Amino acid sequence: MLDIENIKKTFHAGTPNEVRALQGVDLRIEKGSFVIVIGTNGSGKSTLLNAVAGSFFVDTGKLRLKGQDITRWPEHRRAKYIGRVFQNPFTGTAPSLTIAENLALAAKRGRMRGLGWALSAARRDEMYERVRAMGLGLENRLGNAIGSLSGGQRQSLTLLMAGLIKPDLLLLDEHTAALDPKSADQVIRLTEEVIHRDNLTTLMVTHSMHQAAYLGDRLIMMVRGKVIHDIRGADKQRLTPEDLLDRFDEVRRAELLDESAAEMLERQYV
Amino acid sequence: MNLLLSTYAVGLILALLALGVLISFRILAFRDLTVEGSITLGGAVCAAMLFAGWNPILATGAAILAGAAAGTVTGILATRFQINGLLAGILVMTALYSVNLRVMGRSNLPLMNQRTIVTTVRNFTSPENKWHIGNWDVPAQEVYVLGMVSVLIIVVACAMYAFFRTNLGLAMRATGDNENMIRALGVEVGWMLTLGLAISNGLIGLAGALLVQYQGYADVQIGLGMVVWGLASVIIGESLVGSRQMGMLIIGSIMGSVVFRLLVAIALRWGLNPNDLKLVTAVFVFAALVAPSAGEIVRKRLGKAIAQ
Repeated sequence: MLDIENIKKTFHAGTPNEVRALQGVDLRIEKGSFVIVIGTNGSGKSTLLNAVAGSFFVDTGKLRLKGQDITRWPEHRRAKYIGRVFQNPFTGTAPSLTIAENLALAAKRGRMRGLGWALSAARRDEMYERVRAMGLGLENRLGNAIGSLSGGQRQSLTLLMAGLIKPDLLLLDEHTAALDPKSADQVIRLTEEVIHRDNLTTLMVTHSMHQAAYLGDRLIMMVRGKVIHDIRGADKQRLTPEDLLDRFDEVRRAELLDESAAEMLERQYV
Repeated sequence: MNLLLSTYAVGLILALLALGVLISFRILAFRDLTVEGSITLGGAVCAAMLFAGWNPILATGAAILAGAAAGTVTGILATRFQINGLLAGILVMTALYSVNLRVMGRSNLPLMNQRTIVTTVRNFTSPENKWHIGNWDVPAQEVYVLGMVSVLIIVVACAMYAFFRTNLGLAMRATGDNENMIRALGVEVGWMLTLGLAISNGLIGLAGALLVQYQGYADVQIGLGMVVWGLASVIIGESLVGSRQMGMLIIGSIMGSVVFRLLVAIALRWGLNPNDLKLVTAVFVFAALVAPSAGEIVRKRLGKAIAQ
C-alpha cells in the first residue's frame, strides 16, 4: 500500500542550523492498517507525515503509494489519494467560508474543479446527513462561517472532510494536540469511527501515550529521524502507556550515555 | 444634473475596477499593483484598435484579454518565479508603462470621430432629446449611456457571483483564505492565483476600455492612483453593506465605487483644487480604513460610560 524506502531529509543543510530530520526511514504500511507514530520532540514523526503528504520532497529514498512512485509528485497531486488532518484546527479549514462550502471543497478532493455548482441541492442534503451523523449538532448551522466554531468542532469537521471521499491513506498529525481534553476525546471517538467504518489505511502521529497504547494495530517509535521500535500484532495489543514510558526512558538513558561518552572523548582529545 | 449622471456613469465604470481589486486584494489576499498598468493597458488597446477602425465590441474584448494577460504575467512571476507578490505587481506595472506607450504610439490618443460603444448607444437617440426628471431636463443620450453601463455592471456582478459559487470559484475563494488547506485538497495554488489575477485584471482592462470610450480619449496616465481608488471602493463598500458574504461584497464594491466618485465630485464642486485630488483621495481611504475600528472604540467607551 505505502512503501517508504530509506527516505532522508535534512533541513538547512550545510548551515549551523542543519537539522537531519529523517535519517533513512524504511516502512511498509499494509492496506487497512492503523499505524501510530510516536517519538520525542524533533524525532521526525511530523516530518515523516509531511514527507508522505508531499509538503516537501525528500532528499533521497523513494515513496510508493499503491505501487506508484509518488516521490516527486507535488502535494496537490498526492491529495487525490491522501486525506489529511493537521495539528492546528485552523489549518484544515477555510475560516471565512461556511461549513457547507468547506465540505463542498472536500467533496472534490483531488478531482477536476469545473464550473458546476459547488453546492447543489443533492449535495446539501448529503452534507446535512453526514454532519448530523457526527452528532455535534452542527447540521442546522451549515450556512455559518466555519471560523465561528470551536477548535474541537473545526477539527471534527476537518476529519469529516478528510474522509468525505474515501482516501487511500489518511494522515493524522497530532490532530488532538491543540484541543481541550473533552474535545480531544470527542475527536478521537470520531477518528476511530471513521477509520473502522471505512477501513481506512491510517498513519497517525501522537504525543499521547494513552492514544499510542490503545489506538491502532501497529506502533512505530521514532528517535532522531530513525525508527527504533516497530510493534505490531499481539505485542501491540498488550502494550500499555507504562511500557511506552519505559521505552522512552531507555531511549533517554541511551542518549545520556551517548552524551557522557561524547563529553569523555572531548575531555580526552581537546 | 449632467454632472450627476456622468458621476454615476464613471462611478459604475470604475466599479469594474473595484470588482477586480475585490478579487485580488480580498478574495486572493494578493496585493496586486498591476492594476495601475492594466487599466491603462485596457484603455490603450481599445483606443488603438478603435483608431485603426476595429469594431468597438472587438476592441473592448481585446482590452479584456490584454488586462488578463497582464494579470497572468504577474501571477506567473509571483508563483513560478517565486517573486514577492507586491514586487511582481510593481514590475509588471512599470513594464506596462512602456507597453502602453508602444500600443498607443504616443502619450495621448483622442477618439474624435471613432465609433465607440458609447457613441453607438448615444446615437440610439437624438442629441436634442431630453428626459424630464424632477425639475431637470436631462439629455436622453446620457441616460442611455448610464443605462448601458448599469446593465453591463449588473451582468458582470451576476456572473461574478455565480462564478464564486461554482467548484472552481469556491476553490479560488479558499485559496485566499487558507492556502495550506486548499493545497491539501488537491488544488494547485499557483495556478489558481494566476487564474484569479487574470480574471481580476481582465475586469480592470474592461474598466479601462469603457473609461476611454466614455471620456473620448486614452491617456498613458489614466491608471495613476487607481489602486487606491479600487481599495477605497472595496473598503467603503464593506462599511456600507456590513457583511463579508460574497454577494454583499460584490454589491458593496459597486456601491463603494459610486459613493467614492460622488465624494470626489462633491469635493471638486466645493472648489477643491484638482491638484489636491490625490491627497484628498488618500484621506478618504484613510478615513474609510480607520472609521470601523474608531467607531467600535467609541461605541465601547459610550457603553462603559452609560453602564457607569
